Amino acid sequence: MARLELQGLSKSFGATPVLHGIDLVLADGEMVVIVGASGCGKSTLLRLVAGLEVPSTGRVLLDGADITHADPSRRDIAMVFQNYALYPHMSVFGNMAYGLKLRGLPKAEIARRVDEAAATLGLGALLGRKPRQLSGGQRQRVAMGRAIVREPKLFLFDEPLSNLDAKLRVQVRADIRKLQRRLGVTSLYVTHDQIEAMTLADRLVVMHQGRAAQIAAPVEVFERPVNTYVASFIGDPAMNFCPARLTSGGMAAALDAGGRVDFTDGRRDAPDGARLLIGIRPQHAVLAGEGIDLVVDLIEPLGSETLIHGHLTDGTAFAVRVAGSPGAVPDGAHLRVALPGEQVHVFDAASGDRLDPVG
Amino acid sequence: MRRGPDYLAHAVLTLGGAIFVLPIWIAFAAATQQAGAINRGDVSLLPRLSGLRTFVDVLGFGPAASGGTPIGHMLLVSFAMATAIALGKIAISALSAFAIVFFRFPGRKIAFWMILITLMLPVEVRIIPTYAVMSDFHLINSFTGLTMPLIASATATLLFRQVFLAIPDEMVEAAKLDGAGPMRFFIDMVLPVSAANLAALFVILFVYGWNQYLWPLLAVTNGHLVPIVLGIARMITTDQLTAWNLVMAATIWAILPPVAVVLLMQRWFVRGLTEADK
Amino acid sequence: MERRTLFPGWVLPAFLVAPQLAITILFFLFPAYKAFSESVRAANAFGLNTSFVGLENFAALLGSGSYRATVGRTLFYSAAVAALAMAGGLVLAVFSDREIRGRGFYRALLILPYAIAPAIASVIFAFLLQPEIGLLTHPLKLLGIDWNYALNGGQAFALVILIGAWKQVAYNFIFYLAGLQSIPRALIEAAALDGARGFYRFRTIVWPLLMPTTFFLIVVNVVYAAFDTFALIFALTGGGPGTATETLVVKVYRDGVINLDLGGSAAQSVILMALIVALTAIQFRYVGRRVST
Repeated sequence: MARLELQGLSKSFGATPVLHGIDLVLADGEMVVIVGASGCGKSTLLRLVAGLEVPSTGRVLLDGADITHADPSRRDIAMVFQNYALYPHMSVFGNMAYGLKLRGLPKAEIARRVDEAAATLGLGALLGRKPRQLSGGQRQRVAMGRAIVREPKLFLFDEPLSNLDAKLRVQVRADIRKLQRRLGVTSLYVTHDQIEAMTLADRLVVMHQGRAAQIAAPVEVFERPVNTYVASFIGDPAMNFCPARLTSGGMAAALDAGGRVDFTDGRRDAPDGARLLIGIRPQHAVLAGEGIDLVVDLIEPLGSETLIHGHLTDGTAFAVRVAGSPGAVPDGAHLRVALPGEQVHVFDAASGDRLDPVG
Repeated sequence: MRRGPDYLAHAVLTLGGAIFVLPIWIAFAAATQQAGAINRGDVSLLPRLSGLRTFVDVLGFGPAASGGTPIGHMLLVSFAMATAIALGKIAISALSAFAIVFFRFPGRKIAFWMILITLMLPVEVRIIPTYAVMSDFHLINSFTGLTMPLIASATATLLFRQVFLAIPDEMVEAAKLDGAGPMRFFIDMVLPVSAANLAALFVILFVYGWNQYLWPLLAVTNGHLVPIVLGIARMITTDQLTAWNLVMAATIWAILPPVAVVLLMQRWFVRGLTEADK
Repeated sequence: MERRTLFPGWVLPAFLVAPQLAITILFFLFPAYKAFSESVRAANAFGLNTSFVGLENFAALLGSGSYRATVGRTLFYSAAVAALAMAGGLVLAVFSDREIRGRGFYRALLILPYAIAPAIASVIFAFLLQPEIGLLTHPLKLLGIDWNYALNGGQAFALVILIGAWKQVAYNFIFYLAGLQSIPRALIEAAALDGARGFYRFRTIVWPLLMPTTFFLIVVNVVYAAFDTFALIFALTGGGPGTATETLVVKVYRDGVINLDLGGSAAQSVILMALIVALTAIQFRYVGRRVST
């Protein structure tokens, strides 16, 4: 049970800055997922919290105590590594007991904790085996068991599912979520997979080039992405972006591809003619009798739905997701696509930031 | 790709095997025969069972060339020497390699190069001055003097360095998070993970230590600390009166431990050789 | 090559590396330095003091017919031992690589000589080739050879070459076998399908692929023959008869320990050091890292 605070954390490796002033607060028992593409700094952030790196500036506070420069083993933190990092020469029991042994816990207590964790994770029968005799999923669970027995204040997860095959990933993802809820341990989880992020998080931190682009609950990040990067990163298939100009005194947008979208939520405070990017998710675009012209490039039938890839008259790539199968649509066919005003997202073309209505 | 036995291969390998085994076999056979018969040129290829006692008797035999020290005693000296050298080299090299790989400290690179240079300084090129140093330290005719100059080993350090560099980063981090300090990590993680290399090295270094000739030749002038290899080498003469059966019996004793060690730990030993010389 | 994950501090590592450094400095670096300083000095007439004589000792050595003969002898010895040992090792490795029963047994036998001390090998061969009573002396006598290596320099030289090669075959065998086993089976099979068989296949496919191993072994064998054969030669003949089996390392010992010519012996040591440096440099630069199994 603990509250984690990150204050102004920055990290540079030599002359290369990797993190730029990250501020974040995790409430007790919260599972926060840090998501971003590779190189965005998310692993570095996690390692700062773990104590495996020292920040260039900023502080890390756990339950009010400043642990910024504390030794990793003294932070009351446990970590699950991407490659499990199991000790190859020790048994499963040995792996889970090692940290406790070094802390001088009595043998009986160690056995109790290990047995309990093993029971929770279904590892009871494997306690005597060595890591090389285990499957990927089993090793993953041992890695988690090693973290659980420590009964720490904070769990850290470093992309633990990326080495599992797709089916297993879904299964283990659910297990992790249930486990974390049950144990109620504050957790910081890093991944590049946005589906993992959306399903696991109480709150999401979308990282981009060393900065936290948006920190909010998954639904909020999905429905109100704070800039074009977040909008394109979260959501699969990715959001469409159409270049446009602000018109009608800030009440509508004129698309470069032709056509016009009226805003339903208010006026945008910017001069007419300002360059915009109108975002709309493929599942929100509507194939209708009227709307802008879409030239079909590729159809992807997915069974329960169909993904239609094409481009608009100005060359902008555009995708539409429709339920079921729309029947035969030849390549090069012209379709009409409507952009409902209540589903569009308005972004400033230059900065990429979300342009919200005033008032 | 072949059908039927490969006669050519068998022939070549049998011939090769014979070239390497026969001399040892003959030595063994000769040891069981009478000295007088041998000196008359009457050597049979077959060992005489009644002569097996020679192997026991020779242990008490003390050749004059080594001051009368019994063969048995020389064998013990060799054992102590080889074990001390092997263990000493392993211990020192492992610790040095650990320091060089897992820490950054001023002078680290210099220390590493100094150790590397020893590769180019075998005993043969520094005979006299090394002897002089030993003499100044009053180490002649001492067990320390016999073993210490042979304990620094660049090859072992290089091998350990390679092994230690390959230890995954995540394992180190997990151990750190579990609360392991550097020495704890060395004992609980590094050593067990390097176990196979340690075994291979031990074989190579034990044989190396056991087979030493030049250094004992210089470092030992009394009879007490003569290792078996040196002792037997001194028994070669073209004198008609040499008790060749005793010499051969002693020889068999002398090659037994290294041969046994190499044969028993063959797989590790071969791995160790082919990995160490990279 | 460096590690990313380290431990902090410098006191502990300093302690850990100290023992090896101490021994290295005391018994390797300092004596090497002394060899250098001795090599440019010579004892004066009464042998009581030494004075700086510059490169005189070196000049004397290089000008000495005896030293030059020793150099030549050592070169020939190295080449002969290396050639014999490598050829033997290669042939045995090739045949041992085939799918025959008892492979493991043959391999064990062939590795044996590695374990035998060079000096002991000399003892055994001395016994086998005793001038009067040696088991192998009989067939030689039958061939009309008057065998006595203690008296005949050429015979002694031939004998130490043989013993040197005998000992070293095992090492070459091990490495050639490893090299052969690292050649992907698919290559051999492709060659077989192309119609290459037997010696032709060996010459055009296998041998070129073994080149890295061969280069590596050449250097190792030459170093072995030049430096690691002291025990073998000295135990058998002491460098004799006369100087018939005196290689460079034997000469260093004889001149330094027996004849007490400190300056000359030191100069020889320095030359040997230069030789080893050159060979090691060649090994690291041109041979580089070995092809791994």
